Amino acid sequence: MSVTVVIPQQLRNYTAGAREVTAAGATVDDALTHLDRRFPGLRFRVVDEQNRIRQHMRIFVDGARVTEVGARVSPKGEVHIFGALTGG
Amino acid sequence: MAKAKTAKKAKTAKPARKKASRGVTLLVGTRKGAWFFSSDASRKKWRVEGPQFLGNIINHIVRDTRGGGTLLMAAKTGHLGPTIFRSTDKGKNWKEAGKPPAFHTVNGGGAPGGNGGRAVGHTFWLSPGHESEPGVWWAGTSPPGLFVSTDDGVSWESVDGFNENAMYAKWCPPDSGTPDGALLNQIVIDPRDARHMYLATSTAGVFETRDRARSWRPLNKNVEANFLPDPYPEFGQDAHFIALAPTNPDRLWQQNHCGIYRLDRPGEKWERIGNAMPKEVGDVGFTVVPHPRDDATAWVFPMDGTTVWPRTSPDGKPAVFRTRDAGQSWERQDKGFPKKQGWFTVKRQAFCGDGVKPAGLYLGTTSGEVWASTNEGGRFQQIAAHLPEIYSVVAVERL
Repeated sequence: MSVTVVIPQQLRNYTAGAREVTAAGATVDDALTHLDRRFPGLRFRVVDEQNRIRQHMRIFVDGARVTEVGARVSPKGEVHIFGALTGG
Repeated sequence: MAKAKTAKKAKTAKPARKKASRGVTLLVGTRKGAWFFSSDASRKKWRVEGPQFLGNIINHIVRDTRGGGTLLMAAKTGHLGPTIFRSTDKGKNWKEAGKPPAFHTVNGGGAPGGNGGRAVGHTFWLSPGHESEPGVWWAGTSPPGLFVSTDDGVSWESVDGFNENAMYAKWCPPDSGTPDGALLNQIVIDPRDARHMYLATSTAGVFETRDRARSWRPLNKNVEANFLPDPYPEFGQDAHFIALAPTNPDRLWQQNHCGIYRLDRPGEKWERIGNAMPKEVGDVGFTVVPHPRDDATAWVFPMDGTTVWPRTSPDGKPAVFRTRDAGQSWERQDKGFPKKQGWFTVKRQAFCGDGVKPAGLYLGTTSGEVWASTNEGGRFQQIAAHLPEIYSVVAVERL
């Protein structure tokens, strides 16, 4: 299953500047793990070692926010990653 | 934990650094990136490089002093999780560690937090391993965690002798810590014996191992914790900074949350040498710098620990204080610093020496200034201002 992942600017140094990349998988976790093989280190910046989405990262699947990486993604769906709500 | 291949007992202690001949480079980590300041041989003229990793929170930048020269940088951002960057070309190019420090995943992950689900928030401290163990590095994190790399910082493993210790939950309760989180804030290795190490925490004070991190015991006798019902507990102290005297690794200096201490091994009882500080200044601070060659000399940078704990220079008059008699007396050194309205705060890793003759001292402030002395604290000059909040300053031979 192929999904489109929208990469936030904070992570585009991993994707050589690409805003959108494709990944394979039936869940957000699958997609991130697939991406991590192509772009080593990316997943751990978004998800911690307990497989929790990091505090200031946000993930949406087809426009709806998900809070667990086990969330399913639809065929040809879109996963949108944001860096949000930190600063100062 | 992976075993080091060449751990062995060394016969003699060596000073941590040799006399520099080409000047000094300061590796400055800030809340918003990294800067390098390099001096000429006289250490009077400084050239700045940076920022690197602008916007990243850089807690520590350390160079391998065992000959390899690898630089490691502990980084994260406001959004992204923590990582380690490596450079093998003096900071010109950096590559991310393949496996940054991380606790073991518990039950497949996804737990809502607590002891069963620790995640590294940031790496706070980096130390090259023992001289006999090239490629070994140690890291301390928040929440308190000890990690080791045996491949020059590329991949990191949990040190279960501490992280999974049966006492961990008591040593490092999840509801305690500094404003930036509870810390394993330092790792110190006996230069004579790779198996003998100390570490400092913000939740349980100082610990010692004699079996290369497989087992640990608290080492806090006579160290105050005035924020606990029992002010002299076995553990529970906040050890802001510890350092070995480079030429006498039986001597430990400690700047604790509650005061300045010294411990001469094999003794077990710390001595409150801060009692000799001027009463109007007190002996609260974040850090202590031992002299590179004289084991009776060390410097501290006191801060205001009265009332609501401003943690600024007492009375707005910044100064370092030096002892030359192992803490029996202290002398104020403030030439070059503002005479008034100087509200410096100098954090744990932001005060260091360089090992040159005469010894240089360098400190970075939370208000983004770097100050240097090339005559053992006799006079300070400001070599940088307007940086972001400074978290760490490490002096190395000029890169």
